[in-house]
Amino acid sequence: MIRAPAFLSGLGRFYIGLVLAFLYLPLVIMAAMSFNVSPFYQLPFEGTTEWYVALAQNDGLIDATINSLEIAVLTTIIATALGTAASLALFRYDFAGKRILQALLFPPIAIPWLISGTAMLIFFFGTGIGRGLHAILLGHVALALPYVIIVVSARLATFSKDLEDAAASLGATGWQTTRKVTLPCIAPGIVAGGLFAFAVSFDQFVVSYFLATPGQTTLPVEIYAAIRKGFTPEINAVSTIIIVFSMSLMLVVSRFFRFGGDQ
Amino acid sequence: MARVEVQNVSLTFGAHKAVDDVSIAFEDGGFYALLGPSGSGKTTLLRMIAGFEFPDAGSIRIDGEAVENVPVNRRRIGMVFQNYALFPNMSVEGNVAFGLEVRGEKGESVRRAVAEALELVQLGPLAKRRPHQLSGGQRQRVALARAIVTKPRVLLLDEPLSALDKALRTDMQVELKRIQREVGVTTIFVTHDQDEALSISDRIGILKDGRIVQEGAPEDIYDRPASEFAATFLGDANILTGVVRDGSLRLDGGTAIDLPAGSGDVPGELRCAIRPERVRISQSMPVTGAAGEPPEHMRGVVTRRLFSGSASTYFIDCSGREMKAIVQRGGDADMAVGSPVCVHWNADDLIPLSAGDGRD
Repeated sequence: MIRAPAFLSGLGRFYIGLVLAFLYLPLVIMAAMSFNVSPFYQLPFEGTTEWYVALAQNDGLIDATINSLEIAVLTTIIATALGTAASLALFRYDFAGKRILQALLFPPIAIPWLISGTAMLIFFFGTGIGRGLHAILLGHVALALPYVIIVVSARLATFSKDLEDAAASLGATGWQTTRKVTLPCIAPGIVAGGLFAFAVSFDQFVVSYFLATPGQTTLPVEIYAAIRKGFTPEINAVSTIIIVFSMSLMLVVSRFFRFGGDQ
Repeated sequence: MARVEVQNVSLTFGAHKAVDDVSIAFEDGGFYALLGPSGSGKTTLLRMIAGFEFPDAGSIRIDGEAVENVPVNRRRIGMVFQNYALFPNMSVEGNVAFGLEVRGEKGESVRRAVAEALELVQLGPLAKRRPHQLSGGQRQRVALARAIVTKPRVLLLDEPLSALDKALRTDMQVELKRIQREVGVTTIFVTHDQDEALSISDRIGILKDGRIVQEGAPEDIYDRPASEFAATFLGDANILTGVVRDGSLRLDGGTAIDLPAGSGDVPGELRCAIRPERVRISQSMPVTGAAGEPPEHMRGVVTRRLFSGSASTYFIDCSGREMKAIVQRGGDADMAVGSPVCVHWNADDLIPLSAGDGRD
């Protein structure tokens, strides 16, 4: 380790503090205000849980939360399964059009969601798929798939094909090799890809907004609608719950799989 | 255990003939080395015997059964890879048990077979470790135990020692030889290291450009290489080119040298090899015809001397032709660089070579 001069080290700490404050201060204030009596962010702070009680009675927000979770979980499962299978196929086989297919995987990530959403709306309308939760699920899977393939493929790039050859030489069938050798070795990549899929779906506003029908909607769309009608501290409450939930999930998973460090 | 027979096998990648009409038989229980420079097709040949590549033409038989279209997982072979290819998600034990478990074996019989295999490679105490906690030599042993625990018909080794340092490699060669003897499995070993091939195998097949240029026992190939390539790839050699006339070889500079009996009969161009350790040098001209003294053939000047402990290698300039001579230490005093010397050898040590390798 190279030791930085004292003043630089101090500057560095100040800088890290600034970054963390920038990232977390709004969240902390929001969480604090969800426990504040005043609905208008007025100080002094007076503790209460009345907004959480109100939230429990707000069927619209609760339904939307359940919808969001269902769609996010299903998107995660479907996109991770399809994306992992696609990554394995790209890793193992050479076929006509493989390079073109790989090249076409990246651009959707760069296409603004507003445009993807519009295109999906027109396409789903034209093909009779229509709008609704099923359309939202379909759209989310399509959006999440490239992320899963890219993350899992990156993990596969560090996986030696010799391991599959070794398994085959020992008599393992293709499926035995995949299940006992390949999948366990790339598990961290699959989990990371699944987290991306979950985040893409759970965070998704634009595409969901276009594909939702009134009464059948997701949490981000419902929050947006609620804010337009008039802000209520229940939004702070539901947001706080989600922040705690998401951050715990990320912490647990990253601890478990030790991202960023070699096992 | 089985006999492996490769007949007229070819494999082409695009425009490149990786293996070109190769026929070779590996006898039951033998230890074979496939030796060749990189790109000679030795690994491709091994991968075809394993079942990772399928020949365009020709047949491969294991124990009389044609296997050239059988996929690798049904060939009942064992293979050790250059980088060991141990499963990082399993313990040493798990790695060795894998081949038995995928066959549906379970319980006590697996445990016993795994313990036995680990015993054989002397790794019993490390059974619970993970591959990344082992040294290179230990990983090598695990890979070997994993490959032989399933009692394969043939054991294939793809440059398994090339990742080890020199001292460990020598130990592992001895170890590998011992284990192969104990198990008695037909073994095919791919290497580009000539010393390894010479010291470890019962027979060597030398490959060049996808063809087998010579096959035989290590001593035979070393003593009687058929081509210049075999002579210089397996060991070191001085190559002398000339024309046969009146039973002797006239070199390009005009010097005439004696040929071994029987090889000067056909007139025309001839290339001969002589091993550096068969070449002798002395300061004064030996008495021709004296007992134990070979006749003089050339005179030259020492240009370089490489000292390697037990022996010295001299490079001698004989009117433009460089000759190498290896002299064991002891006996004669060392020759200094620049000193004039006589270069001589027994005519019987001269090895006539075939015109080429069939292809040059």
